Amino acid sequence: MYLAAEHFVRAPEWTWLILAYFFFAGLSGGCYALGALLRLAGRPGDEKAARVAFLLAFPLIIVCPILLTVDLGQPARFWHMLIDSAGGDLNFKYWSPMSLGVWALGAYSVFAFISFAEALVAPVRALLAGFLGRLVVIVGGVLGLFVCAYTGVLLSVSNQPVWSDGWPLGGLFLASALSGAAAVLLIASRYRPEMAPTMGRIADADRYFVVLEAVLIAVFLVTVAAAGTLGKLFGAVGILLWLVVLAGLAVPILAHSRQRPLSPALTSIVVLAGVLALRAVVIFGPQS
Amino acid sequence: MAVKRAGFFTDTSICIGCKACEVACKEWNGLQGNPPDVLLDSYDNTGQLDAENWRHVKFIEHMPASTNQVNQPTSVAGGQAWLMMSDVCKHCQHASCMDVCPTNAIVRTEFDTVYIQQEVCNGCRNCIAACPYDVIGFSQATGTAHKCTLCYDRLQNDLTPACAKACPTQSITFGDVDHLHQLADARLLALQKQGYTKAELYGRDDKVYGGLNNFFLLMDKPEVYGLPNADNAVLPGRNNLPGYLGGLVTGAVALVAGLVAFRRRGESPPPPESAPVPVGVGPSESPAAAEAEAPPPAPPPEHRRRLGRRP
Repeated sequence: MYLAAEHFVRAPEWTWLILAYFFFAGLSGGCYALGALLRLAGRPGDEKAARVAFLLAFPLIIVCPILLTVDLGQPARFWHMLIDSAGGDLNFKYWSPMSLGVWALGAYSVFAFISFAEALVAPVRALLAGFLGRLVVIVGGVLGLFVCAYTGVLLSVSNQPVWSDGWPLGGLFLASALSGAAAVLLIASRYRPEMAPTMGRIADADRYFVVLEAVLIAVFLVTVAAAGTLGKLFGAVGILLWLVVLAGLAVPILAHSRQRPLSPALTSIVVLAGVLALRAVVIFGPQS
Repeated sequence: MAVKRAGFFTDTSICIGCKACEVACKEWNGLQGNPPDVLLDSYDNTGQLDAENWRHVKFIEHMPASTNQVNQPTSVAGGQAWLMMSDVCKHCQHASCMDVCPTNAIVRTEFDTVYIQQEVCNGCRNCIAACPYDVIGFSQATGTAHKCTLCYDRLQNDLTPACAKACPTQSITFGDVDHLHQLADARLLALQKQGYTKAELYGRDDKVYGGLNNFFLLMDKPEVYGLPNADNAVLPGRNNLPGYLGGLVTGAVALVAGLVAFRRRGESPPPPESAPVPVGVGPSESPAAAEAEAPPPAPPPEHRRRLGRRP
């Protein structure tokens, strides 16, 4: 039986490891970007929250290359992503999101490490005071945002149903990652009281990110529906996952509107579950 | 018999479904094949192209709406109810797999064919996501992607690829693509004169992925054979620009949203650093949290405007 649709393709079997990679890369990039924003545009009292964001961004990103390498059919050849094993030249294909993403991930990891060290070690902090420090944070922040977004573009640049039908995936994953990163910082604030002055405004930002994410989900679903592949996102498991996504969007808004606010930890866990569920439904739905 | 642009012209109108091409391919390339599978009542017992099947004879048991022609087989009805097609990698001029491959394992050879270098491929499977023909398969045994090489080793020794050599009806003709185009044009003309109005060439011109080195004469629309038609034959790279632009716009909007939130004045006075952990997501805006926070002295406006100033 052959379907009269445009997609005559096979799933690449990107599953749990890739889901975990998308999740952690998004949270790391989002944490770094929020840390950069807090440092560059926040109040003086926000610096401590910025440092916590940088302290979280690096550990979150170092698991990512491990996940990606293990997912390869030939893990020992991971370096082929960077270097042409036949000629010894660098492999850089800007038109291939996977190639571009590997380079961006590497570059971002360097900046994440520098800011991690700066947040942890006083002499490094002294070294990076002033213009150089700001430059590091700006470049790292841009790379962090790119790492959040490119994973969506990577899926879009294929011929798979849903993925290639939904060009807004890059923006959607970015908005979702920022929301997740805000949730991570809110959880961290339970253990780092010095972040308290900033948490109210991070929760404010989270609500903006959630609204942005909701808009992009709507645009994404419209593009997928227009291509006639919406059904792949709404199987039995898919519907359950969408409910979790919906909860992740709704809870920050509801928590804010209640007279007696919800626990920030509970709110954040629901948001993170939504971030994970969104990636799960997008990754697994079209491949099932 | 060295060729400049190697390819196959597969004439599906004379394919008899004998699968000699599949067998020859497996024998020459040392492919083990998959465990036997039952595909209902179809004569197709291969199922698909994958790492172990680089040739696949598709059996399209397609009954036309008009039962008159089915019940009264004639030369006109032939090729409508039961279509057969020996499928293979198309060796596209604009190859989706080659575009996205991050390791440059997929290259174009001196014979103008698309080839996966096994010693370079690291098994990322990006090519599988990109191939619009469901051609490339991943081998658990080698941890790499596999597909038809157009018998690269045989081409290097001026030999005809195994499948074309074995085809008893010359449904698969190997040769230089320019020469094959001439053969195909003549065959199409002959079929049209005989009344096969649905016959068409697929991949002969550049409307489908810039032209296919392995192109086909079909007896029905491409989608009937599981092939994207010219309108749907699109490259993965089409989503690069809109994808990144969407990310850029989202990033800009998120940046503004973050700035608005982080630089908000008045309603979110920061508590002293020793204040207890807030109990709500919006501690500064909730009555309970506001009580918990000791309001600090309001910083002067010029102090708040200093960007990047750290304590």
